[in-house]
Amino acid sequence: MQNEKAVSLILDDGHVFHGFSFGFEKPVNGEVVFNTAMMGYPESLTDPSYSGQILVMTFPLVGNYGVPAASHDANGLSSFYESEKIHARAIVVSDYSKQFCHWNGQKSLADWLKGEQIVGIEGIDTRELTKVLREKGSMKGKIVFDGGEDIEFEDPNLVNQVAIVSTHEIRKYGNGSKKVCLVDMGVKQNIIRCLLRYDVEITLVPWNYDFNHMDTEFDGLFISNGPGDPNLCGITVEHVKEFMKTGKPIYGICMGNQILSLAAGAKVIKLKYGHRGHNQPVRRYENGQPTPQCFITSQNHGFAVDNDTIPADWEPLFINMNDGSNEGIRHKSMPWFSAQFHPEASSGPTDTEFIFEQFFSLL
Amino acid sequence: MINDKIKKVLLLGSGALKIGEAGEFDYSGSQALKALKEEGINSVLINPNIATVQTSEGVADRVYFLPVTPFFVEKVIAKERPDGILLSFGGQTALNCGVALYQSGVLEKYNVQVLGTPVQAIMDTEDRELFVEKLDEINVNTIKSHACNTLDEAKKAAADLGYPIIIRAAYALGGLGSGFCDNEEELEVIGNKALSFSPQILVEKSLKGWKEVEYEVVRDKYDNCITVCNMENFDPLGIHTGESIVVAPSQTLSNRDYHKLRELSIKIIRHIGIVGECNVQYAFDPNSEDYRVIEVNARLSRSSALASKATGYPLAFVAAKLGLGYGLFELKNSVTKTTSAFFEPALDYIVCKIPRWDLGKFQGVDRELGSSMKSVGEVMAIGRTFEEAIQKGLRMIGQGMHGFLENKILKVADIDKALREPTDKRIFVISKAMKAGYTVDQIHNLTKIDKWFLYKLQGIVDTDNELQQYSNVEDVPAQLLLEAKQKGFSDFQIGRALLKDEMKDVAETEILRVRAQRKKLGILPVVKQIDTLAGEFPAQTNYLYLTYNGVANDIDFPEPKADDIHTQAVIVLGSGAYRIGSSVEFDWCSVNALTTARKQGYRSVMINYNPETVSTDYDMCDRLYFDELTFERVMDIIDLERPHGVILSVGGQIPNNLAMRLDEQHVPILGTQAQYIDNAEDRQKFSSMCDRIGVVQPAWKELTNMDDVNDFIKQVGFPVLVRPSYVLSGAAMNVCSNQDELVRFLQMAANVSQKHPVVISRFIEGAKEIEMDAVADKGEIVAYAISEHVEYAGVHSGDATIQFPPQKLYYETMRRIKKVAKKIAAELHISGPFNIQFMARENDIMVIECNLRASRSFPFVSKVLKLNLIELASKIMLGVPYERPTKTEFDLDYVGIKASQFSFSRLQKADPVLGVDMSSTGEVGCLGDDVSCAILKAMLSVGLRIPSKDKGILISSGNAKQKTQLLSPCKLLAENGYKLFATGGSYRYLVENNIPCEHVYWPSEEMEPQALDLVRNKQVDLVINIPKNLTSGELSNGYKIRRAAIDFNVPLLTNDRLATAFINAFCSMDINDIAIKAWDEYK
Repeated sequence: MQNEKAVSLILDDGHVFHGFSFGFEKPVNGEVVFNTAMMGYPESLTDPSYSGQILVMTFPLVGNYGVPAASHDANGLSSFYESEKIHARAIVVSDYSKQFCHWNGQKSLADWLKGEQIVGIEGIDTRELTKVLREKGSMKGKIVFDGGEDIEFEDPNLVNQVAIVSTHEIRKYGNGSKKVCLVDMGVKQNIIRCLLRYDVEITLVPWNYDFNHMDTEFDGLFISNGPGDPNLCGITVEHVKEFMKTGKPIYGICMGNQILSLAAGAKVIKLKYGHRGHNQPVRRYENGQPTPQCFITSQNHGFAVDNDTIPADWEPLFINMNDGSNEGIRHKSMPWFSAQFHPEASSGPTDTEFIFEQFFSLL
Repeated sequence: MINDKIKKVLLLGSGALKIGEAGEFDYSGSQALKALKEEGINSVLINPNIATVQTSEGVADRVYFLPVTPFFVEKVIAKERPDGILLSFGGQTALNCGVALYQSGVLEKYNVQVLGTPVQAIMDTEDRELFVEKLDEINVNTIKSHACNTLDEAKKAAADLGYPIIIRAAYALGGLGSGFCDNEEELEVIGNKALSFSPQILVEKSLKGWKEVEYEVVRDKYDNCITVCNMENFDPLGIHTGESIVVAPSQTLSNRDYHKLRELSIKIIRHIGIVGECNVQYAFDPNSEDYRVIEVNARLSRSSALASKATGYPLAFVAAKLGLGYGLFELKNSVTKTTSAFFEPALDYIVCKIPRWDLGKFQGVDRELGSSMKSVGEVMAIGRTFEEAIQKGLRMIGQGMHGFLENKILKVADIDKALREPTDKRIFVISKAMKAGYTVDQIHNLTKIDKWFLYKLQGIVDTDNELQQYSNVEDVPAQLLLEAKQKGFSDFQIGRALLKDEMKDVAETEILRVRAQRKKLGILPVVKQIDTLAGEFPAQTNYLYLTYNGVANDIDFPEPKADDIHTQAVIVLGSGAYRIGSSVEFDWCSVNALTTARKQGYRSVMINYNPETVSTDYDMCDRLYFDELTFERVMDIIDLERPHGVILSVGGQIPNNLAMRLDEQHVPILGTQAQYIDNAEDRQKFSSMCDRIGVVQPAWKELTNMDDVNDFIKQVGFPVLVRPSYVLSGAAMNVCSNQDELVRFLQMAANVSQKHPVVISRFIEGAKEIEMDAVADKGEIVAYAISEHVEYAGVHSGDATIQFPPQKLYYETMRRIKKVAKKIAAELHISGPFNIQFMARENDIMVIECNLRASRSFPFVSKVLKLNLIELASKIMLGVPYERPTKTEFDLDYVGIKASQFSFSRLQKADPVLGVDMSSTGEVGCLGDDVSCAILKAMLSVGLRIPSKDKGILISSGNAKQKTQLLSPCKLLAENGYKLFATGGSYRYLVENNIPCEHVYWPSEEMEPQALDLVRNKQVDLVINIPKNLTSGELSNGYKIRRAAIDFNVPLLTNDRLATAFINAFCSMDINDIAIKAWDEYK
């Protein structure tokens, strides 16, 4: 019989869900969001974009294949994670698998969570929870242990999450001929891995670093994904605007799309419950018209570019086929473009990895 | 953008249900036809399977009940001149036929465009060598394979690769003729057999123990691709995927694993150039990311039907639209109706498919599972834990199992061996092993099943052990009770766990006590929706399942209003897994009952769990509960729905068996009431009723000990029919001709006869069997159809060839039958469908049995008569006005023949002989202006061929009576220039009667020429082998010849009456004389 500690997940609107703890035992708060991916929990948990969030997995069985080792490759990148630590504040599942089995599994999800001091709860009707979030929007929530200490709700979107997760120092990766500046808004390591497949040298800079005045002359600018509200990153937007004056290629992923859009003059709005999953369909647009080219993409964002605010010299590049929201923009004449989704996948489908090649070919 | 030149499209069906090609293709074809209809395209369907939904009125514009062979399809093309043809919706049968038509230039000649995947792409996937080359071009790993045309080549290839190896036959249905060989001796046996099916065999390295994973991939003409679903086999590579327990989505793959294989699938589908749907099967190394592509099916398949049901994504429908030229982005997600069809479903549940085998029905069959398929059906269970899904599924297969545990004790002589060498019982061997203390590691080493699955199963055992510490359900902690339910325990299992071994069967009261206690504690299942997007968007359809892993229902259950039937539910209980004796015909019945209820304005509700059916298409009803048909689950749903009524009489025996228990719970049953159903089902009650109303039955007695049995047989004499009560399709039923056989059979059947004692009845030889399918209203017959078996009594009615209207019945017999049926209908207050089986000799008629439900032949007689008996019956059951039909079978100017399809070629070592126990897996129904025409079409549709005159016919004609019966057909054969070979007695008899023939010898005779060699060398093109009787001596004598005929793919007939009818047919008309007439042209 279940002998874990009983916990309650309390939502800002008064909904309460009861479950059991399988991770670190401490009360925790954050923005409750759901992800419809059916696998990829080690990647998701280490994705800095989840900073400040309580992650609900809609797929009920989680933990099946354990967690891979925290090893590193020759470039010093994590071999299997998307960053050096878990960024989500908690993970909420229906049926946690206590035993795991995979050749690459080194420890259980529970042990990993405990080691990283992250809360994990199970026994939750994640479908019902998802429907609440769908109807009312992502909202503040907290997990408290029955009979334990209570805590206040907190809205992580009021805090600059990017400042929390971004690197504090400049780092270099690779030694190729093309020089790429990668702005770390909360970069997933697979973006770096994907770029390193090409003949590039990457300079990773902090989110607020002015890359326009560095010793290196960059061939292109790459703006990474990241957590929270891009409207709190005005300084990055200003740096991008200045880089535009060089006329060199710029590419943005996820929050990078939003930063580029803000730099272009568009507005970024909060989505009701965001897109988080591996099955988001996007369609490519040209000259404002849909093309027959469609892609399945991995996504994780709560904010989106408002299509109606895209300036005249820019146009939507991709549109979400489910809700019509913006999935990327491009400049009509300059080599500046972006994707709201994650072409680097990890986790998720790899169909749009070609975008890295496109970017490289422009350098 | 759709191709507007396509105005008329021909769709090829898959023919009769057989092992490897079953109901899934009725579902696929029906979906494709629906897509055509939506586009306003005229559709023509060729499918002799008359019991299907796709061959029903209003689905296709025109239906031909003809064999799906190049010969007949060409004739239909010449007549109909379609603009396009769809090849990928009728399984391998349609695909092979389509490829043949393409290669022979017929499609080009008539300017018929193949819609969807081009034929070249199909050929690239079907021919192993081309396939490997094709994937080599894009550096995708395949299994290294050597194509061999002779056994010697195969031996050499095997030596190069190193044993173990696997043999496959090229162009074969579902792994037919394939097998593993550990050494050269085994290669010799399996290789020879495979070469008899195909001119080419493939020798490959065996990857036993690797994971087996499949992806369903869709591509449109704009090169947009999606993978709709992936599935993982519980049983590792080595067991055919049709024989494996399968889960969706995959459970042991990491993100890297999953997306590596997904990316490869898309690369493959693009390179091959599929437009529509295909399936990619992988072997995946459990210890690295190494993989091999096993095969690609460039068509809709069993897996794609499963994937459609598992995800809610209508693959066949979408594939048909893509074939017409649409892009995926132009289609809508048919569940949400608002989002795009270009997406990949996100599941928030797990499904578990479990095959259903009927190996127990076959004498001598090899029970070990391997690379060729033997299962006859499957179930799909949905849950939010693996434990919940698999336990549901194990109940659904309907073989008396209650889940993973708390079943009847399974006798296993050697657990290690039973784990290592899988049979249809392996999952229960695992349960036994765990109870016996085997660790997960031990079981993994023996089975290679991924430990994750085994850990989960161990968890079920652990919970069971906890439950067993209590004796009263009231003492069980609420949390434990909830956990048990969340792990899929039924009330029955919990009851039995509490009572331990003291009771063999848990009393009904104990089950109800568990139910009451958990209801008191608020432990109730919730209803969840399958919505393709894991809750991200609202769903417009009601595709539902129940789970204990949740706190809230996805749908509302408002109070029904007495004055508004739109608020009232009518629940139709479906037929469950396809199995021998119950298949697509009950799906047709269920769909028609649902449609009728829906048209009347009721909320139509379906409960069924068979992924191969149309009734489980969420478009067919207002609410689909894809869930168990157990008393417990049906009551859960009834508690929520509070229905106007429940229809039990269209889903075969499973719903029928629930009648009494539902009635006790005061559930409103529509149609004939439970007590009358019981009066018909209970032999004792039925018999005393027959006596009372003066209806004759063959002498019978219900007996429990040997002395009584012997006394009774002294009175009636051998042969006798022995069977237990409450059976469908004669499980454990047998004719015994002598004392020895009787004793042997009773020992075997004793296990099943505890609760329902053995019934012994007099068996009448040489009697005609007649069926009456009818509909009554409050005891009065409203419509009926009388049909006649071609074979004499002794062949199970499900295996018999049936002619309708009857061709050789006395008028007097018909009159008597009607009279008896009238009495029975009145006495049982029948409202709705029913079926009575009669035996007749001269004009004496006797009732064999009576079922107060639709029978297997309802779709057949309905379609021949062009009067939908189920629609009529449903209206009567709903109590709505109906038109009394005026048309009867006497008005028909044509004949319908229903013939049975056997799948002996897949059932290694099984004796292909027909008896009182049913063994056919499917059927066809064909129409003709006369019997010969109809019989010829029907027999060709079930895989027989008109024997070539260049080859001979082998005859072993049975006992004296049967020899007499076969005399004139043999004469006819000789007159028509066929060369006859005959064994001993038959040879002498034919020669005495001046019929030229050649003497050949039985395997037991050491003389030449040997009958077996004739078969093996294909010197004969038809084997007629009539067993004299059912003694074991006779059976072993003819067995080798019959089995050789099956193994070497030579048509075989084992019944004298059917052989006569077939011979008369092909001797009286040429294949070219067969009229190519559509269903609507028979008026």
